[in-house]
Amino acid sequence: MGNRVAVIGAGITKFVRRAQETPPELAWAAASQALDNAGMTLDDIDCVIHGTAPDAFDGVHMKAEYLSAGSGGWGKPYTRTYVGGGTGVFAPIHSWMHLASGKFKTALVVCEEKMSSCQPHPQGAFITIFDHTTERALGPNLLWIFALEQHRYMSVHGIKNEQIALASVKNKHNARGHPSAQIGGELTVEEVLDSEILAYPVHRLMVSPTSDGAAAVVMAVEDVAKAQTGQPVWLEGVGWALDTAYWTNRDLYYPRYVEKAAWMAYEMAGIKKPTEEIDFAEPYDPFAYKELHHLEGLQLAPKGGAPKLLADGYFNRDGKLPSCPSGGLLGVGNPIAAAGMMKICELFWQLRGEAGERQIQKPLRRGVAQAWGDLMQVGTVVVMGT
Amino acid sequence: MSNHVAIIGCGYTPIRVATPEASYRELTFEAAQRAYADAGISHEEVQSAVCCEEDFIEGISITDEYTPDQLGVVLRSVETVGGDGLHGLGIAAMQIQTGALDIVVVEAHSKASNVLTFDHITEFALDPIWNRPLGFHPEFIAGMEMNRFLHEAKLSVEDCDRIAAKNRTNALSNPIAAYPARMTSEDIAHSPHTCAPLREAHEARRADGAVVLVLASEERAKGAERPVWIRGTGWANDSPTLESRPWGKDGATEAAARIAYEEAGIRDPSREIDLFEVDDLYAHREAMALAALGVKNGAAGVNPSGGSLGMGHTLDAIGLYRAAMCVDAIRSGRSKVALAQSWRGVPTTSVAMSILSVNHG
Repeated sequence: MGNRVAVIGAGITKFVRRAQETPPELAWAAASQALDNAGMTLDDIDCVIHGTAPDAFDGVHMKAEYLSAGSGGWGKPYTRTYVGGGTGVFAPIHSWMHLASGKFKTALVVCEEKMSSCQPHPQGAFITIFDHTTERALGPNLLWIFALEQHRYMSVHGIKNEQIALASVKNKHNARGHPSAQIGGELTVEEVLDSEILAYPVHRLMVSPTSDGAAAVVMAVEDVAKAQTGQPVWLEGVGWALDTAYWTNRDLYYPRYVEKAAWMAYEMAGIKKPTEEIDFAEPYDPFAYKELHHLEGLQLAPKGGAPKLLADGYFNRDGKLPSCPSGGLLGVGNPIAAAGMMKICELFWQLRGEAGERQIQKPLRRGVAQAWGDLMQVGTVVVMGT
Repeated sequence: MSNHVAIIGCGYTPIRVATPEASYRELTFEAAQRAYADAGISHEEVQSAVCCEEDFIEGISITDEYTPDQLGVVLRSVETVGGDGLHGLGIAAMQIQTGALDIVVVEAHSKASNVLTFDHITEFALDPIWNRPLGFHPEFIAGMEMNRFLHEAKLSVEDCDRIAAKNRTNALSNPIAAYPARMTSEDIAHSPHTCAPLREAHEARRADGAVVLVLASEERAKGAERPVWIRGTGWANDSPTLESRPWGKDGATEAAARIAYEEAGIRDPSREIDLFEVDDLYAHREAMALAALGVKNGAAGVNPSGGSLGMGHTLDAIGLYRAAMCVDAIRSGRSKVALAQSWRGVPTTSVAMSILSVNHG
């Protein structure tokens, strides 16, 4: 296998409803923090990777070219990658290619999203993700199709909405310890189920907010990483998989693309029994059911078994396998690509013991982050360890 | 490169002004079929794909959704890059060099004929705060750049006329070209100004097409009949802002060439490279690219395919068409070492390139 690659610095902005900063300013706020954290300047960076999802949010064509100044891409090898909502966890995988291949030694990886520019609401931009001939004419939106998926997940396994709502309660609680969090809070299952139904069975408090924000990491090959810090956090395995665009032809009860991506990453990391060899997880949780759905895809719970483990406290920050100790997208917020990168940052801080009041108390050796996106279609998985 | 990567399959559709008979997915399917047949592989052997496209051109947000089916790579590792096909080629090569993957395809397509208001979309690429409110036509950027470059390089508009005439005429011998024509410098000089000194005939016209290349590790390429080796790749951006860029030179190509030349061990490109398929979206860009690549005048064949002026501008697929022309030339013995280079067009300073060869050095 290629060169060993580590994360050596991380940075993040606050996740907010409407940022006053321009998109390049948001990107630079996160990028400069990550550089400072790694003890580096742009002169030390060989290549820059940018992750951002649809151009329609910002209303800028070739958005990453516009963002390149804020991301530090000026005068450097610079590429933008995107796999929808999976982008935030994919950007460090894209960076890993640059470093593990031996082509570059250091990389700055920046993910940014500014959704508030899209008026009156970013759901309008999401209409354009659907097939122009077969689907768009129906006027679908993301809430509807995810409601379909949640319904299918619940009906196959006999899951109740009370069990799903608990994921919102846990993550919004966890987010209270995150300085970037947009909507952390203490809620009860009843309060979640009393919030408006947006598209049955999805209630408002089961959905992550729209957000503006950016997050970034600095990555390096082994010799640079060791020279730069005593605490590099290694990328032990990476995996990504994209399912068919014809989502109506798939059984939505189980994310097989996440399973495929997870095993690609686990095999690279030498993991055979994920529940025993992984200490904590940051699965993608834009909707409450998605955290449970993804924990199953990540092989960290049996199919249909995640809700019971959640109710047993297994996924709490002091549980056997803490899940979304950051507070996740439900609590910290969801500036699409930056939200996935926030999960990579959380792995970095937890594994270095720098997560402050969010710190998991048991000893940590290895964590997994995952993101998801497109038409319920893509799984991106990164395993990081000390 | 410590671990070599080869192109073992090359497939493309003929470039056409419009393709009402096929959707972009069908064009890509056709290119993929040809590439897999050329490589002697089944689509099931492809482990990973890199696609190159932009949302606003496709008319789809997160357009990466619609990439896997027509390539036959459902449930496999697929990523999309908002870049030229040559960015994708460099990334696909890196994927193999990690040691994790053996067969990776790179894909790009253009369905420019679907885009009714291309200039309006390009306007949306301008900085929304500082530039877009000024309301200028994006071609203004190309005209201004041409003016400054000709001044600094001590070239004339007639030099650009000659480049445009050469490439249009070269395209006559390229069966896949969309805009071949026997043209003289005088013909070019008589076309109307779009943004003086830029004339209509200095600009590449858009066209449809799709390209798929199959890349393989050295081990996996052993059985291939006519592998073409990737000796070096490079890409870079210069300043994104109009106010701070060096208008008289192509700094991004200079930066990308440093990386690619070092990787390929090229010291004297004019002597060591015998074929250049380089950016000519505007005629002056060909001279600008050659200057940035450190190529002396008359050193070797430049855009014998007809370039984008003769073949047509296939948007982010143009780089892969240039690479495909290099692959064909190397396989047919017309070239031993070839360089393909692309620029992403106004208002960007985004450039990528690849150096391809009959052997891996």
